[in-house]
Amino acid sequence: MNTLATSNQQSNRQTAQIGWNREQMAQRCAQDIEDGSYVNLGIGIPEKVAQYVPDGREVIYHTENGLLGMGNSPTADEHDPDLINAGKKAVTAIPGAAYFHHGDSFAMIRGNHIDVCVLGAMQVSAKGDLANWSTGAVDAIPAVGGAMDLVAGVKTIFIITQHTTKTGDAKILAECSFPLTGQKVVNRIYTDLCVIDVRPEGLMLIELAPGISFDYVQQRTGVTLQSAAHVTMNNLNEGQK
Amino acid sequence: MIDKRVASCASAVANIKDGDTIMIGGFGEAGSPIELIHALIDHGAKNLTVVNNNTGSGRVGLAALIENGQVAKMICSYPRTANSLVFPELYRSGKIALELVPQGTLAERIRAGGAGIPAFFTKTSVGTPLADGKELRNFEGENYVMERGLKADFALIKAKQADRYGNLTFNKTARNFAPIMAMAAKNTLVQTNEMVELGAIDAENVITPGIFVNGIIEVSKPQQESQLVKDGVVYLPIKSQGAEK
Repeated sequence: MNTLATSNQQSNRQTAQIGWNREQMAQRCAQDIEDGSYVNLGIGIPEKVAQYVPDGREVIYHTENGLLGMGNSPTADEHDPDLINAGKKAVTAIPGAAYFHHGDSFAMIRGNHIDVCVLGAMQVSAKGDLANWSTGAVDAIPAVGGAMDLVAGVKTIFIITQHTTKTGDAKILAECSFPLTGQKVVNRIYTDLCVIDVRPEGLMLIELAPGISFDYVQQRTGVTLQSAAHVTMNNLNEGQK
Repeated sequence: MIDKRVASCASAVANIKDGDTIMIGGFGEAGSPIELIHALIDHGAKNLTVVNNNTGSGRVGLAALIENGQVAKMICSYPRTANSLVFPELYRSGKIALELVPQGTLAERIRAGGAGIPAFFTKTSVGTPLADGKELRNFEGENYVMERGLKADFALIKAKQADRYGNLTFNKTARNFAPIMAMAAKNTLVQTNEMVELGAIDAENVITPGIFVNGIIEVSKPQQESQLVKDGVVYLPIKSQGAEK
């Protein structure tokens, strides 16, 4: 098992080296977080987006267990088991933060008050359907958390995901085969290869990672992509904000 | 005179009956009323329906209540957690039922239950398996699914401060489900880190007004679930009078 996991990670890393790596995917997404936004970040790569929001932009992070104004990880002295994020990790609260109960927290989400949510994906369809909570396997313990509320209520949904699965299957498809988290909810997809907008007329490739061609992306996508009139190639600098 | 203080955790939970629905506050360990849960394990009431976001961790608190065979059904949004050992095994062997509810729908169902609202419509889960079999309604061109308000016989919650009227404050993100569960349960039992005099909590700063609270017990140094799990603690019931059935 360990050997398999290691080799998967290695092949994953090799794939990532061709386009953007995980940090760069988060960095690219962060460029689209506007000054003054209220933002909810999912677990995994989305969490990294906070590190890369360009200087000069003030962003307030919401965590659905009841905090607006989530700060960094605590020092040993600051650690409080009553101050955690939605992934149940210890966090801090910034000056100006607010605590509230779950009813209010999800009213912020479901009442369209949160501007941006960044989530991971198992599959995304051409219509913007998202599947990210269950593979539908019979023996799995189903667990959904706040994902369905976030996609239904947050104004803009960004997805950060590897372009294909570890075994090379397309994750961006005409229709999702896994159970949906929400229908027609995704606005933009950031992968290791490119940035894709979900538009009423279909999926529009708007940006490529360095050295990646449209055809290379299309071959790894389960649905026909359109190409924007001016596809930019974004050469992110390491550490650049 | 109104004085909602009770003598012990055991006496607080003494009136819980077999088959009751119990809302238990907490998101993971933050806000989990672990001493009240352990008293409920000692008490021994069975065939319970428990409402909590998760299913506990390790073999203490909510996980121990489940392991002790007292829970027939969980209503929750995320039954898997790090160190969640007990629930998955019982679920796979068909010994416990699960009603999976999106987290915000769970919160809204509890709030609705506490506010006398039997049902409401939400966009959350439309087009997903969690909307199967539920009524859909179109408002202004968008589909919404009907969800039912949720009430309970008892709520067990944890507060930071309480006065004898039952006015409560909470600590940071340990607040989570507690205020809405207090509203949705017929009997809300509170363990508080600190009992204070009337007026010590400024009326502007009361989070849960005392009208939603029925019993309060001070637990000044509550145990921390993550520490118990780290120490490998297994909570075993102490036979009390309440357990004789």
